[in-house]
Amino acid sequence: MNSVLELFKKKEQQLLSIYFTCGYPKLDDTTKVISALENNGVDFIEVGLPYSDPLADGPTIQESSQKALENGINLDIVFDQLMTIKETNKTPLVLMGYLNQMLKYGEDKFCKKVVECGIDTLILPDLPMVEFENHYKQLFDKYGLTNVFLITPNTEEERIRKIDLYTESFIYVVASSSITGAKGEISSAQLAYFERIKNMNLKSKLIIGFGISDKETFNTACTYANGAIIGSAFIKDIGKNGIAKIAEFIKPIRS
Amino acid sequence: MKSKFHPDKNGYFGQFGGAFIPELLYPNVKELADNYIQIIESEEFQTEYKSLLKDYVGRPTPLYLAKSLSEKYGAHIYLKREDLCHTGAHKVNNTIGQILIAKKLGKTKIIAETGAGQHGVATATVCALMGIECTVFMGEKDIVRQAPNVARMKMLGAKIVAATSGSKTLKDATNEAIRYWIQHPDTFYLIGSVVGPAPHPDMVARLQAIISEEMKWQLKEKTGKENPDTIIACVGGGSNAAGAFYHYLEDESVELIAVEAAGLGVNSGESAATSQLGEVGIIHGSKTILMQDEYGQIVEPYSISAGLDYPGVGPLHAFLYESGRATFMNATDKEALDAAYELTKIEGIIPALETAHALAVLSKIKFRENQVVVVNLSGRGDKDLETYITHLEDDEKRD
Repeated sequence: MNSVLELFKKKEQQLLSIYFTCGYPKLDDTTKVISALENNGVDFIEVGLPYSDPLADGPTIQESSQKALENGINLDIVFDQLMTIKETNKTPLVLMGYLNQMLKYGEDKFCKKVVECGIDTLILPDLPMVEFENHYKQLFDKYGLTNVFLITPNTEEERIRKIDLYTESFIYVVASSSITGAKGEISSAQLAYFERIKNMNLKSKLIIGFGISDKETFNTACTYANGAIIGSAFIKDIGKNGIAKIAEFIKPIRS
Repeated sequence: MKSKFHPDKNGYFGQFGGAFIPELLYPNVKELADNYIQIIESEEFQTEYKSLLKDYVGRPTPLYLAKSLSEKYGAHIYLKREDLCHTGAHKVNNTIGQILIAKKLGKTKIIAETGAGQHGVATATVCALMGIECTVFMGEKDIVRQAPNVARMKMLGAKIVAATSGSKTLKDATNEAIRYWIQHPDTFYLIGSVVGPAPHPDMVARLQAIISEEMKWQLKEKTGKENPDTIIACVGGGSNAAGAFYHYLEDESVELIAVEAAGLGVNSGESAATSQLGEVGIIHGSKTILMQDEYGQIVEPYSISAGLDYPGVGPLHAFLYESGRATFMNATDKEALDAAYELTKIEGIIPALETAHALAVLSKIKFRENQVVVVNLSGRGDKDLETYITHLEDDEKRD
């Protein structure tokens, strides 16, 4: 069974996910960040593959990707790093990258490597549904991989229903029509959107992302969804304080 | 008319094209995809578009038989004078068309990316004409090397946003424009070339097709035949080439030559010759040929010309390259500069640096006697004067 789905069987509410960029702030921080997040009770971890042209990311994650690439990170190093913690890490990992990284690496080779690292869930923000239907669904099925779709305040109901059918783990509910970046608050329009999605009674679990930065926004998101993802706020924190202070970032959110 | 040179229902030319966009942009792109052909083919659009092209842009642009150039290279060389368009380049054909489409779709804010600044100026111009708010994204590096165009855009009332990420050139200006579009889905992204997610490449090609539409009847008048033997155009993203090739794509007897910027040399590590250095990949929402490293990270290209300094190429051109329908050549910075000085001296026309790359291959081709060649003179060189003068002085010092 999909690792995130298995997690959802055990825990349905207040699921906390953290996004981080591999190789940031230092090249060999990847596994250290994962361990620290696991030790501090993060439920699942979004593992970001640094990309030169991350269209769906805001300035904070862009800068972290740029820095990681300057540190010398590449896909082979990421896979090697993830292999070293395969046996010890018990927290589900979700891999987030851009389609061109998979395309250039070789689609089959990429999928095989991902599975070898013990990962079964992918987020590819520039993979459109039509391409998924025509090609990638079959590829991912072959390797037992699950794709996470994003929905936004502008996604029509019919399309959301279709995404619900294709979803095996969770739907990534984009909090606002904006690129990622800690905004500090959730607007009433966003609350109305969360309410609308919640009332659709979808079969898939819902995880809210984009704009979630602290205990308050996390808790608000969790009243409408099964959990939420914090990205930019975490990257900013480790950029400023280093990875030794991860516990201090996570604990207040959980208190 | 359906042919292999028109995109399929998912926006593909062969294996190239598509719309690889984040879900956030899906409604915008779908709205355009559902409506653009109907709008472009409507009588209302055609009347207004053609009337503005005639009275505002100054079309038809002349097809000029360049006698000295012809004599020098031993062929009948015609120049399609897009440099005489209002704002100084072919770019305005596209911006006039897209602003009318944007209006029809009820959009009140325009964003655009620009490299050399020609598209930015052409966009700011039509926005001024229509009284629509305009924001132009431009690489920080290009803002410096294309200062006159930045000033023009400002005077036209556009807001300029510097792209400070990555290589700080056209690629990054496009990234920033797309990011802004994601944040502000009520804006219309007036894209400047035959790139981006479907239907943008096809829409821009249709709007630039006026170039080859005119070439057909102008050649008929001048030579008795609609078809030339050869058409030469420079390619960055590829919009002027798409326009110059468009109505000749089906007719394989017309040789199509696309000229890319080789920078300091194709294999120098400082080049923008995408077809020679690139591989299949995804950039700005389109599957095409692009310059990338072994891990799919996009490589920063280099050319003296800001308009050709792009690591990808439009999906139609990727298809023309792969299928062999077009021949891809390239010219270095030096060759382009020399071609620009030559045209200026013997024909009295200062071409844009981009266009100079197309002219530079004339000396590399062995022409048959009486071969009819059209070079698409995509833009004028006013914006490049500083570069031209600097290099001219360097040359004089060496002499």
